[in-house]
Amino acid sequence: MLELINDFNVLTAFWMTIRLALWSSLFALIIGTIVAIMRLSPVGVLQWAGAAYVTLLRNTPLTLIILFCSLGLWGQLGVEPASRTSDTFIVDLNFRLAVIGLAFYHAAFVTEAIRSGVNTIPVGQAEAARSVGLTFAQNLRYIILPQAFRGAITPLGNVLIALIKNTTVAVAIGVAEAAYALRNMIEFRPDVILLNFLIIAIGFVILTLPTGLAVSYLSQKLVVRR
Amino acid sequence: MQVGSVPTMTQEPSTATSTPLVVLSGVNKHFGDLHVLQDINLTVHEREVVVVIGPSGSGKSTLCRTINRLETYESGTITIDGQDLPEEGKALAQLRADVGMVFQSFNLFSHKTILENVTLGPIKVRGMKPKAAEKHAMTLLERVGVAHQSKKYPAQLSGGQQQRVAIARSLAMEPRVMLFDEPTSALDPEMINEVLDVMISLAKSGMTMIVVTHEMGFARKAADRVVFMSEGAIVEENTPEEFFTNPQSARAKDFLGKILTH
Repeated sequence: MLELINDFNVLTAFWMTIRLALWSSLFALIIGTIVAIMRLSPVGVLQWAGAAYVTLLRNTPLTLIILFCSLGLWGQLGVEPASRTSDTFIVDLNFRLAVIGLAFYHAAFVTEAIRSGVNTIPVGQAEAARSVGLTFAQNLRYIILPQAFRGAITPLGNVLIALIKNTTVAVAIGVAEAAYALRNMIEFRPDVILLNFLIIAIGFVILTLPTGLAVSYLSQKLVVRR
Repeated sequence: MQVGSVPTMTQEPSTATSTPLVVLSGVNKHFGDLHVLQDINLTVHEREVVVVIGPSGSGKSTLCRTINRLETYESGTITIDGQDLPEEGKALAQLRADVGMVFQSFNLFSHKTILENVTLGPIKVRGMKPKAAEKHAMTLLERVGVAHQSKKYPAQLSGGQQQRVAIARSLAMEPRVMLFDEPTSALDPEMINEVLDVMISLAKSGMTMIVVTHEMGFARKAADRVVFMSEGAIVEENTPEEFFTNPQSARAKDFLGKILTH
């Protein structure tokens, strides 16, 4: 088992998985929050655009989005988020394209999670904020979003766990993460297929289980008492 | 009797300096088919305390919420200190800062401490320095008797304490007028008086107040004028003494008969 892990750089592969997950979740949170604000705004066009974004991204298979990032975004449209002069051009490019795909896809779920968090807030909170004289933006920043995030920790955690596992789709555009290691293991060591799967599965459990526990802890600790 | 047209019974309040502060004229509002505000005309003067009473569904809460535009209205005008109520936006936010509002369900910011609840508006809207805002807030919390709870969160306080904090939060903005939307209706009976006491002292200090309530005792003690609403219209206006002892309209007589017999 240790021999397999060493031969196929499983630890390096999982480090790549972690990096993918961290960057993707960071950007997904930012994009998802922006889209959620659009959906909450009193401007019809923004609401519509936010709803359209969620509908489109949430209902498109992730593999399609990741492949589009590589073949469409980079291949056709020429979006090149890496420097050609860099020694690690291809690795950087594929990694960043995968982050873009993962972030935009999961942002749709982040938006819905935040919206569910907003729904936990009694209407009177926003009314009180308005009657104190806060503007719409101040109301969002100081009253609505802080409570929405705290009410959305569980669904946000679910999105994060799904995102960690979904990083495996990045193998489709050649990012050397855990599923990439698994593919090599299956190709070169077909004699221990079950062990190959087991190693990668355990690796993901090590990542997702503590995440789930942390989410449960935080959702209890940060719950807004009413 | 014609709906909403009993100006003859209006009496000038004795304590008022008679500068009109809040003026509603010809305000109409519908909820679907329901005509919740029917041609409302009401003038509230500076330092005047007006109590709005009436049966449930008479539109008195809607009236209160319309004055700071938490509810929209279809026709008519509402002016505060001569200024028309602006549409949504910065100007409306500025105007709301001058109009205090106390809700039936308190609506303290659940994720902020008592002190933060009171300082948020002054710091973010008025641009006060945090230190100064805190000092002012503590004085107000002292005044409503909950200063020792300032570090706690709203859920840790009783309903009466929360409502007193809500009053302090409004006062912190130094409003020109304060609206109370059934401030004691969600309270346990033994907590009603602690809130009413604060409101009575506020009335005595010269605050302009519009109070929607079922507390007839408060109306008798603190009101300069009682406005009786029924089915979306102002049916009768009078001094509390006159209104309670000698109601003019049949609907007011019926209403008072039901609530004062027990």
